[in-house]
Amino acid sequence: MRVNGTSYPAPIDSRRLLSDHLRHDLGLTGTHVGCEHGVCGCCTVLLDGAPIRSCLMLAVQAEGHDVATIEGLAQDGGPLHPVQQAFHECHGLQCGFCTPGFVMSVVGLLKQNPNPSAHEIDEGISGNLCRCTGYASIRRAVERAAELSKK
Amino acid sequence: MTTRWFGARVQRMEDDRLLRGKGRFTDDINENGERALETCFARSPFAHARIRSIDVNAARAVPGVVAVYTASDLPFGATDLPILIPHPNLTHGRTQRCLASEVVRYAGEAVAFIVAETRAIAEDAAELVEVEYEPLPVVITPERAARAEHLVHDDVPGNVAAEMKQEVGKVDTALTASPHRKTLRLRFERGASAPMECRAVWARWSAQERKLTVYDSTQSPTSIRGGLAVLFGLPESSVEVIAPDVGGGFGPKIMLFYPDELLVPFAAMQLGRPVKWTEDRQEHFTAVNQERGQVHEVEVGFDDEGRVLALSDDFIHDAGAYTPYGIILPIITAGQITGPYQVPNYRVRFRDVYTNATPTSPYRGAGRPHACFVMERTLDAIAAELGLDRVEVRRRNLIQPDQFPYEVGVAWQDGNKVVYDSGDYPALLERAVAMLGPRPSGDHVGMGLGVYVEGTGVGPYEGAHVQVLVSGKVVAATGIPSQGQSHATVWAQVVADELGVEVTDVEVTSGDTRRFPWGVGTFASRGAVTAGNAMGVAARMVADKARRIAGEHLEVDPGDLELVDGQVRVKGSPGRGMPLAAVSVLANPVRYAFGGGTEAATQFTARSRPGPPLQEGEQPGLEATGYYSPPGSTWASGCHAAYVRVDPKTFRLEILKYVVVHDCGRVINPLVVEGQIEGGVAQGIGGAFYERLAYDDEGQLRNASFMEFLVPYATEIPPIEIDHIETPSPLNPLGVKGAGEAGVIPVGAVLASAIEEALGVPIREMPLSPLMLYELTEARR
Repeated sequence: MRVNGTSYPAPIDSRRLLSDHLRHDLGLTGTHVGCEHGVCGCCTVLLDGAPIRSCLMLAVQAEGHDVATIEGLAQDGGPLHPVQQAFHECHGLQCGFCTPGFVMSVVGLLKQNPNPSAHEIDEGISGNLCRCTGYASIRRAVERAAELSKK
Repeated sequence: MTTRWFGARVQRMEDDRLLRGKGRFTDDINENGERALETCFARSPFAHARIRSIDVNAARAVPGVVAVYTASDLPFGATDLPILIPHPNLTHGRTQRCLASEVVRYAGEAVAFIVAETRAIAEDAAELVEVEYEPLPVVITPERAARAEHLVHDDVPGNVAAEMKQEVGKVDTALTASPHRKTLRLRFERGASAPMECRAVWARWSAQERKLTVYDSTQSPTSIRGGLAVLFGLPESSVEVIAPDVGGGFGPKIMLFYPDELLVPFAAMQLGRPVKWTEDRQEHFTAVNQERGQVHEVEVGFDDEGRVLALSDDFIHDAGAYTPYGIILPIITAGQITGPYQVPNYRVRFRDVYTNATPTSPYRGAGRPHACFVMERTLDAIAAELGLDRVEVRRRNLIQPDQFPYEVGVAWQDGNKVVYDSGDYPALLERAVAMLGPRPSGDHVGMGLGVYVEGTGVGPYEGAHVQVLVSGKVVAATGIPSQGQSHATVWAQVVADELGVEVTDVEVTSGDTRRFPWGVGTFASRGAVTAGNAMGVAARMVADKARRIAGEHLEVDPGDLELVDGQVRVKGSPGRGMPLAAVSVLANPVRYAFGGGTEAATQFTARSRPGPPLQEGEQPGLEATGYYSPPGSTWASGCHAAYVRVDPKTFRLEILKYVVVHDCGRVINPLVVEGQIEGGVAQGIGGAFYERLAYDDEGQLRNASFMEFLVPYATEIPPIEIDHIETPSPLNPLGVKGAGEAGVIPVGAVLASAIEEALGVPIREMPLSPLMLYELTEARR
């Protein structure tokens, strides 16, 4: 499987979840695990460009696919990706635990729909739980990300 | 002091690493690349049972299992865990043991702890732990606990852990004399804080250095450190506890101790390898403390104008199976029921009763949402009885701005009495009503409102260390950790103002005992008041020292110097001064220059003056440690109001408009405070309509997953309009009050009020649900 453009050997353990494989075998701990039953969305990554829950997929199922995680969005020390930048500007995160999942969902959302309406934004982020922000600042961040992505 | 950063919408300094996936949560810890042993618990499936036997032989035999511990394997296995906050009225306080060996009293209580090479092996082995249980009668709900048909603890008569009665004025006389009297029975059911990160602990013991290092997703690393040092007989200097990034806390992440907080360090010391434990979500639902279960019997006496003359409340608090946190929750409720209103005669009695459910400890709001619900429901009942406008009834009862300090006369959680320091409650109400605007058209629309106070910033104290490095950059540290409250930003603002530097030049560390070992914890909306003021104290000490050193160097009276733009300079002649970095160099007379400009502080280059290089009474380095200990709580306040629509067929709730006017004294960073309020309101909406912990009669939690315990998504949370007023607290130098919990407090009361009007059925219970509203409406027909 390719993760953030780099090829990795196939997972050894057939029972390993993709989320655990990313975190504990590849050391990509930016993908978080909040519920392990597919509700909270903290573990959202992109599989061939579309958001998926990495806790509901076995690592071996991702063989031959492209996986994108939060670590791959911006280069170390380089500028943030427009979605990350928008979350920063709009105070779209507090504890930061749900944030990678939200950011990846929004990257996927804006790829499909670069100009989401308010309703489409709510629908687009309604697969991710946040317990800190009350979503208001995340909505603003998605609007801002759409603006920044056009620049 | 200059106010360049204080009050500004400074964007957060902690964001960058969290946004890049470089945050460091406890489950991410991988110190030195050493692979930690992984663990899990065998937990009781019964809510109440006697343990006849425990057999771990099969579990120990699983390949890859390193150790299996039961109570008999632990040197502290027969010791009750501490009661954290003893109180004279807590006559029958009981705490659990680290691992149960005789009786289990809630489903999820830990019985055995398995350490293995991987989590999967540990879980497989946990399945093989053979425990023979003899089920005992289960006590669920506070009402049944109070009836005491069965006991949770054999030696606690009536299931009553504590009883407390307080009276201000003469309630019976005043009730008898009241033109109108009304009784209400009000109920609040349990909820869960449900932070996105479950709990986790990682520990490593270095035998060579005799040093224990613990990462813990706790809200109080300093207290954990103290407890571990006592338990293991180590000096505190041999124990390091770090709360790294913590993914939300909301109260229940402060406990001494959850069993894992002892067992993970213990196993690491026994086995000589790093050990970690990470909770899973299902486990979190029963193993982590809960809150909010209370039943209130209220009687109110009032006059023809709707003024409250007397209020009596007799309530039962559902403690759960144990009382590790003492009786703080019912004390807070009792202290906050009258809220922002004048109640000349007030009596409150509570009984704290045991049930066979997970223990309780504060969850964001901590006793206050229930208190607010009681008072606001009572005022709505008065308005309904007299045919008065609900806003007008509140207007007539509010404490007025000229009545501060206002003594309520009952006990507060810090050992003092409840005394409000400052506020302007009528202004909150009027502004909220104005913001709410005209009623939307349509059927089944209701308006609700609630006014509340919140005792914030409790002691005993916090401290801070502030140091100007020879580069001119500033580092600051405090003991209390962050779970998302933006400490690294707001304290940098406080420090930057005092030292006249850029806010981005201040780097804050919090919750790491290696950097600051003293303090209490992050809870009770106390961070800004206690640690924020400690930062101010320490930074002012550093600024004074900078003026002393620079004054001597420049031959100027220190009183004529100011710290501006990274310079210490003469007031009125900005050309005369020196960089703060240079002052930092001079603050440490050295023999050996080590770069960074330190040659300026060696013996042949430093300015000569008589006497020793380090003046008597002075310490080296441009640094200081300061503490702030509040004389009493600061009282934040606010008013929320809303329009809602309830679908008469599906009973789906639609919040049409929600407004908040909030007063937390001087606001350090509006961006951060608004985020706290928006998040609090969302948590309040969840707690009022979607999130109910559903225990069955056998004490089984029937909805221990996010599939059934419905934390709201964005689709359930409306936009929220926020405005602030600022009545500075007279109690602390910064004039701040806490803001963390406020958003959640009145939401249940507001929604109850609005739904009651929308459907025309009395609302006496929280949380609600579409099904409950359907049943209430049907019962009305």
